[in-house]
Amino acid sequence: MEYFLIIISAIFVNNIVLAQFLGICPFLGVSNKLSTATGMSMAVCFVITLATLVTYLINQYLLVPFQLEFLQTIAFILVIAALVQMVEIVLKKVSPALYQALGIFLPLITTNCAVLGVAMTVVTKEFTFGGTSHLLNLGEALVYAFATSLGYGLAMVIFAGIREHLSLNDVPKAFKGVPIALISVGILALAFMGFSGMVK
Amino acid sequence: MAVQSNLKNMAAVLTLTCLLCSAVLGGAYALTKAPIDAAAREKTDKAIGQVLPAFDETSYEVATVDGKTYPYYKALRGGDLVGYAVESTTIGFGGNLSLMVGITPDGVVYNTSVLSHSETPGLGAKCASDAKFMAQWKGFDPSSKILTVKKDGGDVDAITASTITSRAYALAVQQAVDVVKALEDPVEPGVTETTEAEGQVEKSQTQEDPSHE
Amino acid sequence: MSNKLKLITDGLAKNNPTFVLLLGMCPTLATTTSAVNGLSMGLATLFVLVLSNMAISAIAPAVPDKVHIPVYIVVIATFVTLLQFLMQAYTPAVYETLGLFIPLIVVNCIVLGRAEAFASKNGVLASACDGLGVGLGFTASLTVLGLVREIFGSGSVFGWNFIGGHDGMLAFVMAPGAFICLGYLMVLFNKFIKKD
Repeated sequence: MEYFLIIISAIFVNNIVLAQFLGICPFLGVSNKLSTATGMSMAVCFVITLATLVTYLINQYLLVPFQLEFLQTIAFILVIAALVQMVEIVLKKVSPALYQALGIFLPLITTNCAVLGVAMTVVTKEFTFGGTSHLLNLGEALVYAFATSLGYGLAMVIFAGIREHLSLNDVPKAFKGVPIALISVGILALAFMGFSGMVK
Repeated sequence: MAVQSNLKNMAAVLTLTCLLCSAVLGGAYALTKAPIDAAAREKTDKAIGQVLPAFDETSYEVATVDGKTYPYYKALRGGDLVGYAVESTTIGFGGNLSLMVGITPDGVVYNTSVLSHSETPGLGAKCASDAKFMAQWKGFDPSSKILTVKKDGGDVDAITASTITSRAYALAVQQAVDVVKALEDPVEPGVTETTEAEGQVEKSQTQEDPSHE
Repeated sequence: MSNKLKLITDGLAKNNPTFVLLLGMCPTLATTTSAVNGLSMGLATLFVLVLSNMAISAIAPAVPDKVHIPVYIVVIATFVTLLQFLMQAYTPAVYETLGLFIPLIVVNCIVLGRAEAFASKNGVLASACDGLGVGLGFTASLTVLGLVREIFGSGSVFGWNFIGGHDGMLAFVMAPGAFICLGYLMVLFNKFIKKD
């Protein structure tokens, strides 16, 4: 039940893009076409889950025991940067097909604040379930990370669909491109606000 | 313009940067630790000052009521007890809602102050800014008024469109009231101020606890 | 000297990070619930931008090409952590309000972008000016966006309430308002300031 709550809340109620404002740059950057949006979402999904696993363990077994929590920011971003590079290298060797699909998005992911954001959130924020609140354990953290990235993918794919239609419309010059896109995201966010209070 | 990369200089530069940066941060951490702690203490002190009448010394203690632990501060003026400032935490709409609740020895709420919250800006976050909502806690007497929102049959005016936050706030105040009740009127004297007090003071928490609605 | 001045003014209008370069969108949208919050976030970013630009321009010639990104990130992360310490110590309330978005300055594309595009190729002083310019541009945009959202959302200006305790239009303070306001501000910017 707890896992179910985490999943619903991470995908819909606290959608990472539409409610938490994380990962907006790539969200606006690669949502022009549905195919690239799908590719990016999959790459993000993969990296977020993996990065959360690694940073969670590093925090738990290295930083906390030595009281080095203040190095969280720097340690996490280094780990994420190294991880992304490694994923790129491994993917190239092991699965060229997957690399073809995700490869070009990987370098962009290091500076995707969604990855660092989720990694920091799971080790610092207390989550509330049925009247009590506590920090997530490893399993919950992974579920949260995965569900969050699914939420990212969902927002991305919906938005790419909207944008493909937008590009066919006659929009006033000053609105062209990002402004009209932002206004559409706003309306999408308004729709997602309908989910707030659903998990309680 | 940058240097040619080879394994040796890459490793050397990366290691050096990391070492240097960690050293800088370690130093900075050591230097700022005192001010950071002072800032946290000052925040608590300020909150205590807001929620209690004038006092000249406080002592920090911990009480356990109903299985939950509450840090609290006993405020004295010239050796006489002026009241208790209890840190009470409940779950609001967006996450934990932490209050400092000042209660005079007769069990009446003197004032409350929000320590931290993660409520929605413009809605629940008003619990820390809405003058009307905040004013109602001054002199709130839990023996004659009921500490639940009006919607639930109590005497607390909720913030418009933020019933969940208002309920959480009322519950936090109720918890603090129960703590003081247990401290002032212990079932077995002398055992309320430590964590062993769990079993005894549970009895003193009886009616109108909104968490069991 | 006029050259340096131009670097600063460029950051405000021609290279405005928010409205022209579309960088650093996450903090722009997330922290601008009021003018003061936007201003604080802008200044925090400015602090990191200037210092990391200076440090990176100083060390850039000695950094091997292939590892320059990790090295820059470490340098930026160091300044961000320093900022975290300072804010916790001296402005704890602001630190709490901005929350997660202070550590996330590390991955703000503006900072790494300026390091890559400017600081690694220019002198320390020029890089400082560039950081200052872009930082001020960012601060200005965030403050304006925060101001607009605060006026409509809470009916106040820098915390001074002008509608006498009534509620503002709440949606502006919440997530949808952020996107929509920024969209419309961008339209105005395109129409009146960015003349091409």
